[in-house]
Parts: sequence; C-alpha cells; structure tokens
Amino acid sequence: MDLADSPEDAEFRAGLREWLGKVLPTLPPKPSPDDWPGRRAYDLGWQRTLYEAGYADVHWQASPGVRLIFLEETERAGAPYVGAGFVGLLHAGPTIAAEGTAEQRARWLPPILRGEEVWCQGFSEPDAGSDLAALRTRAWRDGDDYVVSGSKIWTSHAEVADWCELLVRTDPAAPKHRGITWLAMPMDAPGITVRPLRTLAGSAEFAEVFLDEVRVPVTHRVGAENDGWRVTMVTLSFERGTAFVGEVVACRRVLGELAVEARRNGRWDDPALRRRLGALNAEFRALWRLTQWSVSEAEAEGGLPGVGGSVFKLRYSQARQELYDTAADVLGEESLDTDRPWVHDRLSSLSYTIAAGTSQIQRNIVAERILGLPKGR
Amino acid sequence: MRFRLTEDQRALRDGVRGLLARRFDRAALRAAVDRPGRLDRALWRELGAAGFFALRLPEADGGVGLGLPETVLAFEEAGRALLPGPLVATHLAAGRVPGAAEGETVVAAVDGGGLVEWLTEADVVCGEAGGAVPLRSVDPLTPLHRVPGVSAAVDPVAVLLTAAEQLGTATRACELAVQHARAREQFGQPIGAFQAVKHLCAELLVRVEVARAAVYAAAVTADPADIAAARLLADEAAVRGARDCLQVHGGMGFTWEADVHLLLKRAWLRTRRAGGGTESEELLAADLLSGGVR
Repeated sequence: MDLADSPEDAEFRAGLREWLGKVLPTLPPKPSPDDWPGRRAYDLGWQRTLYEAGYADVHWQASPGVRLIFLEETERAGAPYVGAGFVGLLHAGPTIAAEGTAEQRARWLPPILRGEEVWCQGFSEPDAGSDLAALRTRAWRDGDDYVVSGSKIWTSHAEVADWCELLVRTDPAAPKHRGITWLAMPMDAPGITVRPLRTLAGSAEFAEVFLDEVRVPVTHRVGAENDGWRVTMVTLSFERGTAFVGEVVACRRVLGELAVEARRNGRWDDPALRRRLGALNAEFRALWRLTQWSVSEAEAEGGLPGVGGSVFKLRYSQARQELYDTAADVLGEESLDTDRPWVHDRLSSLSYTIAAGTSQIQRNIVAERILGLPKGR
Repeated sequence: MRFRLTEDQRALRDGVRGLLARRFDRAALRAAVDRPGRLDRALWRELGAAGFFALRLPEADGGVGLGLPETVLAFEEAGRALLPGPLVATHLAAGRVPGAAEGETVVAAVDGGGLVEWLTEADVVCGEAGGAVPLRSVDPLTPLHRVPGVSAAVDPVAVLLTAAEQLGTATRACELAVQHARAREQFGQPIGAFQAVKHLCAELLVRVEVARAAVYAAAVTADPADIAAARLLADEAAVRGARDCLQVHGGMGFTWEADVHLLLKRAWLRTRRAGGGTESEELLAADLLSGGVR
C-alpha cells in the first residue's frame, strides 16, 4: 500500500501545476449562472485551452491515476469545471470512442476535444427514471432516417447543445432492454422543442426536450439497432470511479472555510457543532482515501471502475448533504438568506441522493451485485 | 500511488486468517465465552511464535521487521475472529517488556480512560493500576478493571490498531448479516430478497469499505488526523454494523446463543478506549483550523 506519486505521476502533477499557475490568471471573468450562451462560450473556451496545452484527452487516454491527479489539481487551483463539456467528454465521447465506427469517431470526437461542440443527454423520460429501460420515446425507420417522437427530461445544457445522445425504442415488442437504440441527434433538427425546468434552487439547470417526428439519419446510430442498452452501459460505467474527485476536493476546502467562519462568528465554541465539523473532516478524508483506493484498483485491474462506484456514491451523496446542513448551522439565521455563501449549495445538494441513480437503486445494486443477495421486490 | 494490498500483504493477511480459523474457530469462541476471564496461554504463545506481537520489531531484535500497514492487517483479522486478550497492549510492549514479543508474557495496559482490560490474567501491567476495582464487563470476552484518577497519554498507534480491530469486526458483522439474509426464509423467499433487509446489508458494506480506506490510509501515513478519522469511521462501521446485523437476525439476534451480541459488545468496548470518539472529533476539528485540509 502506497499513497505517494510515482516519479512519472509527480512529473505530470508538477507540470500541470505550473501550467495552471500561468494560465488561470489569463482567463476571462466567469459568466453569470443564467447566461447560457455565455456559459457555453466560457466552458468551451476552457476546453480549447486544455486542448492547446495537450490536456484535452486526459479523460480518454490517461490512466485512472493520472486522471485523478488532473481532477485533483485543477480543482485545487480553482480551474473551471468541465461544465457544458460534461456529456461530450464523459458520456457521449467515450461511448462513440468505444462503440462508434471509424467515420463516426472522426466526425464527433475531435470537435469534443477541441471545445467546438456541446452534447446533451436524452436518456430519462417522465415515465422512465430509475427504470430507465422502460423508456418509450419511439423511433421508426423511414428510408435513410429514423423518425423520433417522444419526450426526454432532466437534460442539462439542452438549450446550448449541438448534439444529443439519445436513447429511443426501436422494437416495442422486444423485452425492454433489447428494443433500445442509441442515436446522435442534431439539436437543430426540426421538431425539437426545449422547455427549461426550474429546480428548487430557483435556477434552470436542465430542461425537458419534446420530440415531434424528428428525423435522424441512420448513419447517426452508434452500435447496432436494438443494442443501445449495452452501448449505454459502456457510458454509464465510465461515469463512476473518478466522477467525484473534484467535488471531494472542493468539499474539503468548504469544510475548512466553515471552520474559519464558525471561529469568526463564535459558533466554534459550541462543542456539538465543533465536533460535527471534526466528524465531517473524518468523513471527507475517508472519502478521499476511498477514491484513491478505487482508482488504484481500477489501475491494477486495467478496466473501468465497476459497481464499487455505487458504494462511493451512496456515502458521498449523504456526506455532501450533511456538509451543507452543517454549513447552515454554522451560519445560523443567515442560512435563510440565499445571498449568503453555501445556501445555494445546500439546495443543490438535495439532488445528490437522486441524480445518476437514487440511493435506493444504488443500495439494490450493492446488495445484488456485490453482496449477491437475491433479486426481489 | 498504489493504494492496494501487495502480494506479500495479501499473503500475510491470509496467513493470519488461516491461523485464527484453525486455532480460534467458532467452537473455540463459544468455549471462551463459557469460561470468562481466562486467557488461552497456548494460543497466546502460538500468536507470539507466528510473529503477531513482533510484527513491527526490527529483525535485528528478533522481530518480523514489518510496518504499520502489515500490523493493521493482522489486527483486522484478530477483530474479525473476535480474538480475546490484551492484543494491543502486548503488541506495543514487544521489545520493551521481556517475553511480550514471543507471546510468553501477557501485557495489559491502563487506558487513558481509566480502564484496564485483562488485568488479572496479565503478567505485566503498563501504567499505574493500584486500587483497581473489577467491573462486571458487558463483553463476556473482556474482563475489565477501573483504575481511579488516571488520564494517561494516548499512543496513536494504539488508536489505529483498535480501529483495525473494529474494521475486522465490522467485516464479520457484514458477512454474518449477508449469510443470514441469504439463508433465512420468510413469506416463501430469502429475507435478503426484501429491499428493507437488502438495504440494511448494503449500508453495512458501505460503512465497511469507507472505514477500510480510512484505516489502511492511516496505516500508510501514520498521521494523527488520519488515525483519528480512521478511528471514527471504524467505530461507526463496527457498532452500527453489529446493530444492523442483529436486526437482520431478528429474534435470533437477541439470543445469547447467536454470536451477534459478542460482536456488538466488543465493538462497544473498543469505542471507549483512548478517551472515546470525542477526542478524535476534537482533534479533527482543530485540524480544520490548522489548514489540515490539503
């Protein structure tokens, strides 16, 4: 067991740190959260900057350990979050890289890496959430096109996306996992209506997408017809593992800031609150170690991180909510003022035990796939 | 970074697990419960011969010459087997108290909280144990004495090794709960098919895995804040794990005959060592202000 960087890792870390120190002061100011075109331009600009410096494909090419260092160092330095590039870099891109034809890879991957095109995700539907395979958006063949009708929900960046990685039902008669197809849908196609959804935090972080006889060329299908579920699983497993590296680093920084604030406003003298902060320090230290453990395992096994991601997500999502509930106790009455720091983050944290697989679904996964308990109701 | 067990570490863990499976199986555990307060000296010497107490002693001094990570793995196995005796005190005395490393001498220690485990069976006691009064210990496998007015300094290694024992006990609790959930049938199916039971088991595993990462990392860094974190996570994994394991066992879990109560009682006892968890929480709170968040 060893936690130190190898000489190569140390070199990568030092080079990245030096580059971040030079480049970050030159970035333009961050756009306001409501300015979607501004956010798109800012996020793509950062990806372009990464591309020019040779860091663009670190998520695709580098080992899990190097990816961890990249995410750790960029977060520590306060570099921009992947933002609008998320689906392209971490969902659609890896899927196309693994399952696409040479032509499809050549068409779609370079613009993702160069920060030229934004992807969004059309998976969930109003009646297909935890039971994703129950999705009902239909697609049927008409000449060289699929014609798609239905609706998608929880689609982030839909307003500014160029492409949508879309799951559609192509065989309604087949068992539900076997009648699904993966399509790349151009977001400027006729028949697409995007309706922003306002979250409980007050902001429009994602949208509903309505599809009314949208034509998607058959050449935009990745993988075989009706094989989309398997194709999608490649994407979903990619999301786990290093997915929360930056966030854990950020949570640990917030924890330090909370301690300083508590000390300033006197609530540090409340032993119960102080010890809760201490316990959260233990919690996030442990989550950081668990990340390092998973990454080391992934590196040694040579494959993608597996269901261990569910163990991590269960604990992390809960810890994040506890962190911001504790932040509210540090703030006291000020926790009711949405202009105060951490208040908006507290609201956002409520999605963590729901998004990307609810905690209840994650517990089923852990119990059935790791512990081997029988499937049931 | 290669934060995973090496081949040698796996072999060592399997070796200790094998020794304990042979020499301290379930029958031996229940036999020990039936004769409380008595330590199996032959087993203690075997542990000594296997190097359990001398793991961190340099080879030049007759030890095994290994480090904290290996020691943590051995103590985890001891915790998994619910091995009784003053294991931590004797391990820490190796090289300082004659016979401790070899398992010839049983060493007890006065804990910072003023309790002494295994005082009567000990050949040597570290700390001032004058005026010690026996308690009726909640754990049938750990006799206890209370010592008046003691507040000794706490050795972080003792805290870490206790956390390792808790981790082992938590692992055992998870294994027992899953075993029972698979075997026990109600309403015509294994109770583990019900989500209510399944989710208890999943949380058991989550706590074990988080605690494992914390304990192993603390063994690598030996950093006091990492050790404090390991302790808190391992205490939680063991105590809540044993509680949930008991719940999964239903009525059987409340019996003397089932082993579950032995896990819970030992886990409770260990949470009181070294001043309890509040000490660790305070250390970790202070660490936040000293910029320990790197």
